[in-house]
Amino acid sequence: MPAIKSLEELKRAREEALQKKQVKAAAGSIQVVVAMGTCGIAAGARETMKSVLNYIETNNLSGVTVTQTGCMGMCEQEPIMQVIVGESPRVVYGKVNAEVAAQIMKQHVQDGKPLKEYVLPV
Amino acid sequence: MREIALHLLDIAENSVAAQGRNISIEVVEDLISDLLSLSVTDDGRGMDERTAQQVLDPFYTTRTTRKVGLGIPLLKLAAEQAGGGLSLKTALGKGTKIEASFRHSHIDRMPLGDLSMTFLTLLVAYPHVHWVFAYRVVDAAGQSREFEFDDVELKTALGDTPLTEPQILKFVRGMFEEGVEAAAPQTVK
Repeated sequence: MPAIKSLEELKRAREEALQKKQVKAAAGSIQVVVAMGTCGIAAGARETMKSVLNYIETNNLSGVTVTQTGCMGMCEQEPIMQVIVGESPRVVYGKVNAEVAAQIMKQHVQDGKPLKEYVLPV
Repeated sequence: MREIALHLLDIAENSVAAQGRNISIEVVEDLISDLLSLSVTDDGRGMDERTAQQVLDPFYTTRTTRKVGLGIPLLKLAAEQAGGGLSLKTALGKGTKIEASFRHSHIDRMPLGDLSMTFLTLLVAYPHVHWVFAYRVVDAAGQSREFEFDDVELKTALGDTPLTEPQILKFVRGMFEEGVEAAAPQTVK
C-alpha cells in the first residue's frame, strides 16, 4: 500500500469533512447499533452494516455514530439494528436486511420518523 | 455462514469481547501450497486450558442469553470439511490466537467473500481497538502480493474526526477495496 500518498488523500478528505456544510442527521446525536453476534452475522448483519455505511456515504450524512453489539437473545429476529436519537429511548428493529436498513436510515435517522412495521417490542 | 470473511468477522468479535486492545488479522491465500488460512491474534483476557477446550464445543458459551455458542465450532467444521483445521493458542491474561486453514482447491471450501467489508466493519464499529489487517497472496504463477493496513497512521491523521464522516468512510472503503482487489489472485474466466 502506498501509505504516504493515501495519507495525503486522507488529510484532504478530513479537511473536506470539516469544512463542508453537510446534511445533518435529524436531532442531536444519533447512534446506529447493528447486532453482530454469530447469529446476526449468519443472518446478514454485515450487509445491513454495509447498507448503513453506504447510506451515510452517498447521502453525505454527518454526525451518525455506528457501532456494533453482540447477540441480544432474539436470534430469530436477526439482523437486528437499534437507533438511538438524542435522549429518546432506543428503537429496536428486527429483520433488517440491506433495503430495510436504507429505509430506516432515511425515515428514522434522517427524518426522525421511526418505521413502525419493523419495530420489535422490547 | 457463506463466506470465510464472515467467519473472520465473527471470530474477531470474540477478540473485541475479550477486551483485546491490539487485534491483528491475517489472511493468506497461497495457490502454490494450495492453502487458504486466516488468523486472529489479540491481547485480550485469554483463556485457561479448560475454557480453551470448551470453546470448541457448541454447547459452551459465555453469554447468558442462551446456551449455545456456535462461532468457533462453525469455523472449525468449515475448515475441517475443506481439508484443513483449526488451532487455538491462548494463555490467561495474555491473549488468544486462533488459526483456521482450508485446502484452497477443496470443492467444499467456501469463498473468501468480501474481505474489505469485513475490515471496514471492524474498523468503524470498534474505533478504540488498534487494528492490523494483512492479506497475503501467492498466485498460481508464484508471484507474491500483499495488502497491509495498520490503523495507527490513519487514526493519527484523523485526530478526533470520526470514521463515520461520509468523506472519511469513502476514503477508507476505497482504500480497502482497492488494496484487497489488487492483492487478490486473478480469477480465471
